[in-house]
Amino acid sequence: MAEVKLTPNKEIDLKVEADVITPDEFAGKGKSEIEQLLVWQGPSQYPLSDFFDVEGEGGSSAEDTTIVINGDVSRVKLIGAKMTAGKIIVKGSTGMHVGSQMAGGEIVVEGDADSWPGMEMTGGVLHIKGNAGDHVGSAYRGSWHGMKGGRLIIDGNARSQIGGGMTGGEIIIGGSIENFCGIRQTGGLIVVKGNAIRAVGAEMSGGTIVIGGNIQKFTPGMQNEGEESDLEFEDIKCSGTFKKFRGDFAIAKNPKGIVYAGKETNPDL
Amino acid sequence: MVVKNVVCPVCGGSCEDIQVELKDNSITVKNACKMGNGKFQEVVSEHRIKDPMIKKDGKFVKVSWEEALDKAAEILANSRRPLLFMGSETSCEAQEVGLHMGEYLGGVVDSNATICHGPTCMGIQEAGLPTSTCGVAINRSDLNIYWGTNPLASMPRHMSKYGLFPRGYWTKRGRFDRKVITVDPRKTDTAVASDLHIQLQPNSDYELLNALLTILNGKTPHHSVEQVTGIAISVMEEMVDMMLEAKFGSINVGLGAGSSFGKHRNIEMALNLVKELNNNHGTKFRIGALRGHCNVAGFNQIATYLYGYPFALDFARGYARYNPGETSCVDLLREKDVDAALVLGADLVGHTPADSAKYLCQIPMVCIDIAPGPTPSGADVLLPGVIDAFECDGTFYRLDNVPVYFEPFTDSPFDFTKSNEDTMKQLFAKVKELKEKA
Repeated sequence: MAEVKLTPNKEIDLKVEADVITPDEFAGKGKSEIEQLLVWQGPSQYPLSDFFDVEGEGGSSAEDTTIVINGDVSRVKLIGAKMTAGKIIVKGSTGMHVGSQMAGGEIVVEGDADSWPGMEMTGGVLHIKGNAGDHVGSAYRGSWHGMKGGRLIIDGNARSQIGGGMTGGEIIIGGSIENFCGIRQTGGLIVVKGNAIRAVGAEMSGGTIVIGGNIQKFTPGMQNEGEESDLEFEDIKCSGTFKKFRGDFAIAKNPKGIVYAGKETNPDL
Repeated sequence: MVVKNVVCPVCGGSCEDIQVELKDNSITVKNACKMGNGKFQEVVSEHRIKDPMIKKDGKFVKVSWEEALDKAAEILANSRRPLLFMGSETSCEAQEVGLHMGEYLGGVVDSNATICHGPTCMGIQEAGLPTSTCGVAINRSDLNIYWGTNPLASMPRHMSKYGLFPRGYWTKRGRFDRKVITVDPRKTDTAVASDLHIQLQPNSDYELLNALLTILNGKTPHHSVEQVTGIAISVMEEMVDMMLEAKFGSINVGLGAGSSFGKHRNIEMALNLVKELNNNHGTKFRIGALRGHCNVAGFNQIATYLYGYPFALDFARGYARYNPGETSCVDLLREKDVDAALVLGADLVGHTPADSAKYLCQIPMVCIDIAPGPTPSGADVLLPGVIDAFECDGTFYRLDNVPVYFEPFTDSPFDFTKSNEDTMKQLFAKVKELKEKA
């Protein structure tokens, strides 16, 4: 497998949009060709080598190409956007839209990710080892369909609008979240191990959400359907006892969305 | 001479019945509210910015119009990513020039909605807007709901002109044919004048709207909603009954709904509530936002019809892109993602969070304004503004998105510019000249 190493070579002032950093673009290209790929900074385009030192060359295909980003790229947006295969490893934090609309392959972010990671993704694996911002795996503004497939794993915390409009795939969050998780969800699975603040599963009409921790402000349109223990969703297991709710009855007469909330952590529900 | 039917350029109400008499350096105003009168007094105010100025060594120095304009054009043409903030205290015609200049420069163009009813625009994108003009509400509405707003303070003539007291075709007795519900955490003057005051906990609007829709769908909301909102489910049911009994309801949302936690989701839910009432329950409702600033609706209208999005337009790639949180002015300033700014007819420094305001004052800034304030103080080039509706003609959009053409009752006090539109056009020409030279 061919490996391309990108090392940031200067402090970035205005944010850079680098949707060319994907195995699909790098495949079949030598070092100098990769250096000449154009990225956007404001309304101007510059070669990738203005911002990164490039080592190695792309493989024969996207599957065959691994990109390693050696450092912090929190002011670089759209890394791995629309990628279909191969692997990206970011040894630092990334800017907005990492893995946005990705369809396959794997991205590992060892630091944090800014908002919109995995927006409307349809396949592949996006693993963020730190925290993430808002709109994880969600739909673009005004769009009705968010993440459709693949898996999004966040080891730390994430903020609001996780899985907005989600229709398929899985989001697994190790830490806590804030507001409107799974808003307008119609399919797929969201598992949150920590706490949530507000409006879990608001406006959902399908799909499943599991919240292991405490929910501060529960969604009023949810109706209690008893309890279940030790949930299993193929390879994803959630141990313990959960209160089961169906909803959101505010948005539909016969919704099929399911929210599981930890029984011990939510004595008031 | 008394001039009648002058349009007031203060809030989104766009009152068009103001009478003014301007003589001996004083102005007498009739029909305007307190806020309106305050602005009309600006025509004769001693504070008015009368000279173009450039900041040299931290102090403003009076310069010629040409020199100030050259310096302003230089700042914009040399910028790698300028922010053009087209404030709401000016006409659509001036804002339009700003939008075209933003497209030409590949910059970002934003307006007051971004720090005001932007979430309302975003909610509309999520759920659609079942609305009408205020005229329909005057003639038909027998129930008025003020949600998260206190119009007696923010739009003093709303109740008398559009909301509560006007006598319409099917509401011949005015106030006596109408009921009023106010949803507000505070006991405001509007709340006191209402038939039902829903005094909810701050930042629980979403839960209350969600619960109302759940009741409409024939279910009882989850019991925790009483603790979250502070409102008993029985009171929510009473509110739903009042809504179902109404022949035509008018919901007026303010920033209490659009800018408390939940933001566009609150508005989206309110729009869903209106759609549900209209579709399945034998009553009719409309919803409208109480736009606080004069022409804040205008920018949303013209930006949408010219470029497809209501605010926060990023032209970096030559076409408009839109993503509030990424391309909106507060976020760009906080993230230090622009390197120069043009602010027209808005006090941006006074209305953005401290981090954003601080950065705005650090980068080169051109300001077009009529009176001193935080933004003019932070500017590097200060161009005197012309007061729209007083000194030049143009178009505002009223709170219900009705365009209102206005005519002046006096002339521009400057010989170098006739209006803010004129200033913007002169500036754009200079910017083009510099860019083409380079």
